[in-house]
Amino acid sequence: MIPISHILFVSTALFFIGMYGLFTRRNMITMLMSIELMLNSVNINFVTFNKYLYPEKLDGIFFTIFIITIAAAEAAVAIAIIINLYRSHKSIDVEDATEMKY
Amino acid sequence: MTASQIIFYILSAFILGMGILSVTSRKIFRSAIWLLFSLIGISGLYFWMEVEFIAAVQIVVYVGGIVVLIIFSIFLTQQSGKEMQKAPMMRMIAGALAVVFGFAFTYMLIDRYGFKPKSVVFDNSVARIGNAMLNTEQGGFSLPFEVVSILLLAAMIGCIVIAASPSPSKGGDKEAPSKSPPKEET
Repeated sequence: MIPISHILFVSTALFFIGMYGLFTRRNMITMLMSIELMLNSVNINFVTFNKYLYPEKLDGIFFTIFIITIAAAEAAVAIAIIINLYRSHKSIDVEDATEMKY
Repeated sequence: MTASQIIFYILSAFILGMGILSVTSRKIFRSAIWLLFSLIGISGLYFWMEVEFIAAVQIVVYVGGIVVLIIFSIFLTQQSGKEMQKAPMMRMIAGALAVVFGFAFTYMLIDRYGFKPKSVVFDNSVARIGNAMLNTEQGGFSLPFEVVSILLLAAMIGCIVIAASPSPSKGGDKEAPSKSPPKEET
């Protein structure tokens, strides 16, 4: 039997790995990939809590299903925006898209 | 150590190693492939926890959908053989420090909390999930189900409108959404 804190170690580490990617990358697609990693770590948390702490309920499973759905929608919209930005700027670096900054 | 524990630690090391490679690789296409392996490892973790439905959804949606979408967008926007420019040293150090300290503090909290698992068998058969998903009474999830379906419809229409090719007349970006031909194609 694995203690819960070991599973939470994996999800916490994965969350902070995604955060490191979000801090250091400046390419929009790689930033989106980091966000996907963070969402996945949250999903692991929900499933773990549901299975080990509240096994008579299903709330964590449903949160996971809805998060996966929303992540898919979010990735699709983000990639549509990125492709549109590439058409107008010829670059998907966040440093190059600063028209609305000031 | 039992076989189950060994499998868990191998899976965890696989997930974390692939995640680290995914955020540090300088070639964007390799980065996407490492992300793919990390997501497959996470679905393996779900299989290890015996939540088979979530594991299957993870494979279908993430590995089959989102990663393929990301790879297509890489092909559309990048020269995939080219290396990305390196982040400035200062930003890498600051990011690494923030992440390491954040992880240390968070894990300290988790470690001291003292979770007490229950020994009830977790029934997550697909039949039970489906019954709860379309149940309108107490404990049912039909309202969020409907809300998510509307959200998916809105996201689909929004994607088509945003990514539709602009009209031949230049500078017609604002008129583009009102044109119907790109919508009918899909």
